[in-house]
Amino acid sequence: MGRYVLRRLLQLVPVFLGTTFLIYFMVWALPGDPLAGKCGDQTCPPAFVERMREEYGLDRSIVVQYLTYLGNLLRGDFGENFRGQEVATLIANAYPVTIKLAVVALVIQAIIGLTAGVLTGLRPGGFLDNVVLTATLFLVAVPVFVTGYVLQSVLGLRLGLIPPTVPADPGFVDLIVPGYVLGSLSLAYVARLTRTSIAENLRADYVRTATAKGLTRSRVVGVHLTRNSAIPVVTFLGADFGTLMGGAIVTEGIFNVRGIGGLIFGSIQRLDGVVVTGVVVLLVMIYLLANLVVDITYALLDPRIRLD
Amino acid sequence: MTDPTTAVGTGGRTRSLGADAWHDLRRRPLFLVAAGLITFLLVMAAFPQLFTSVDPTVGDLSRAREDPSAQAWFGYDHLGRDVFARTVYGTRVSIVVGVLATTAVVGVGAVMGLVAGFAGGWVDALLARIADVFFGLPFILGAIVVLATFRASVGQSVIGISGLVIGTIGLLSWPIVMRIMRSAAISARSQDYVKAARALGASPWRIIYRHMLPNTIAPVMVYATIALAAFIGAEATLSYLGVGLRDPVVSWGVMISEAQSYLRTSPHLLLFPGAFLVVTVLAFVLLGDAVRDAFDPKGR
Repeated sequence: MGRYVLRRLLQLVPVFLGTTFLIYFMVWALPGDPLAGKCGDQTCPPAFVERMREEYGLDRSIVVQYLTYLGNLLRGDFGENFRGQEVATLIANAYPVTIKLAVVALVIQAIIGLTAGVLTGLRPGGFLDNVVLTATLFLVAVPVFVTGYVLQSVLGLRLGLIPPTVPADPGFVDLIVPGYVLGSLSLAYVARLTRTSIAENLRADYVRTATAKGLTRSRVVGVHLTRNSAIPVVTFLGADFGTLMGGAIVTEGIFNVRGIGGLIFGSIQRLDGVVVTGVVVLLVMIYLLANLVVDITYALLDPRIRLD
Repeated sequence: MTDPTTAVGTGGRTRSLGADAWHDLRRRPLFLVAAGLITFLLVMAAFPQLFTSVDPTVGDLSRAREDPSAQAWFGYDHLGRDVFARTVYGTRVSIVVGVLATTAVVGVGAVMGLVAGFAGGWVDALLARIADVFFGLPFILGAIVVLATFRASVGQSVIGISGLVIGTIGLLSWPIVMRIMRSAAISARSQDYVKAARALGASPWRIIYRHMLPNTIAPVMVYATIALAAFIGAEATLSYLGVGLRDPVVSWGVMISEAQSYLRTSPHLLLFPGAFLVVTVLAFVLLGDAVRDAFDPKGR
């Protein structure tokens, strides 16, 4: 187990280096002069260009720049953007909201998706099964931004049930609708995954044994069946956590949540490469670690799986 | 799935997995509905002139944001352009982007996966790590960075802008196909028919092309149908964010992106392209579902 984790962590290193270098290269090396347009309509005075080049190391080769950046990153220093703002501070301000949003989305997915999946998986082919199947098809087909706008204008503007945009420092309740929007696609996958898993395990030997020894149906389903069928679902949810944070940008834009999505989008429009690299590097790291944790959880939940 | 599956059909003739799946598909109502819808959309994409005689790019500001009427079924947008005509013409770009992106993803991913799975050893390790690098980038974030980076270099031509979006989707999605193909190729490599071909002295390329490819392509085709739907949605999402397709190109995502600011007063600007987008994605999702069920021997 320990050796497996160590090997996976070592495998992460080249992937992490490759991904971050790719991002760094695209942001810094390609789009021309990063100092262009920093002085309004006029061209920048040579003295200013000189100083900025030196300060940010722009006169050195991209590989050296990248290695310097990486070195600073390992010491926890995300650097400063051209306006002198600490990237770490910007991220620290924006990140908690995005995490909250992703957690809300995950909880909604788990509750609705698991319930729908268990109910339909117990009676495949029934009326409820067809209803849920159709519903998941629509959830998959409707893009997140359409769901977002429709819910915002119907619930927020026409019916007035929710505020159309989320307040500056939102609580969990404020984030329920945006969280649903963010998680709607994965919600459909969770429901289908649970359904398949339950329907498959329904005929398993251990379920028959549990029924044969006289347990009530609710105990068979609730304890034996659901717990075993939830394994693929749990791993899906874990891997989805990283995806949700990267994908939150659309939802955050619609509901005006001041999270990581807004930060990165604004930074790209302002050509603020330092912030873009910082945020993407962080998200890549979380994404990779989430996948690692999922693989380990898989083995913990299912003793039949051996990691070595 | 990996050996050349044959099934005895009703007429007593043997059928390949593909023929069997096709036989099964033709009897599914959902598949027929999806196929009908897709045919309709393809006709619309190929011959938009059949559906509207209005030029989608001509605007008249005096009729900006007018509601739907007998004159213009879907109303006019913020520049007074006919929304119906734009929606009809938008079909072409959305479907072309989806199809080409899927082709690119399947092409690159399948070749890499087959080579990695067949060769094994350091080639496999190297290709798998390269795939991991691209797999590690969250899709939307990665796409925004790539599109923003190359935005200036493609200029204002329709082909350039669409090509960039297709390339970006392909760049970020091929590792999924590669992984599917690689695991299929690894299990196929040790099958008897591959050993037999090798013993007969077939060259590696012949083994890959003539023997392994036909037996490993099924799971990839299933993924491709579902991915097509996802890529059409992805194009719309990127265009909506303002980094994907943009103005001289007419697409549903572009229309939805332009409609954002007028959501309160003119919801029809969002409604019609949004509805077409949803129906199209739904049709391809249904198709993908039906294809997957038909190719999955377990479900029969």
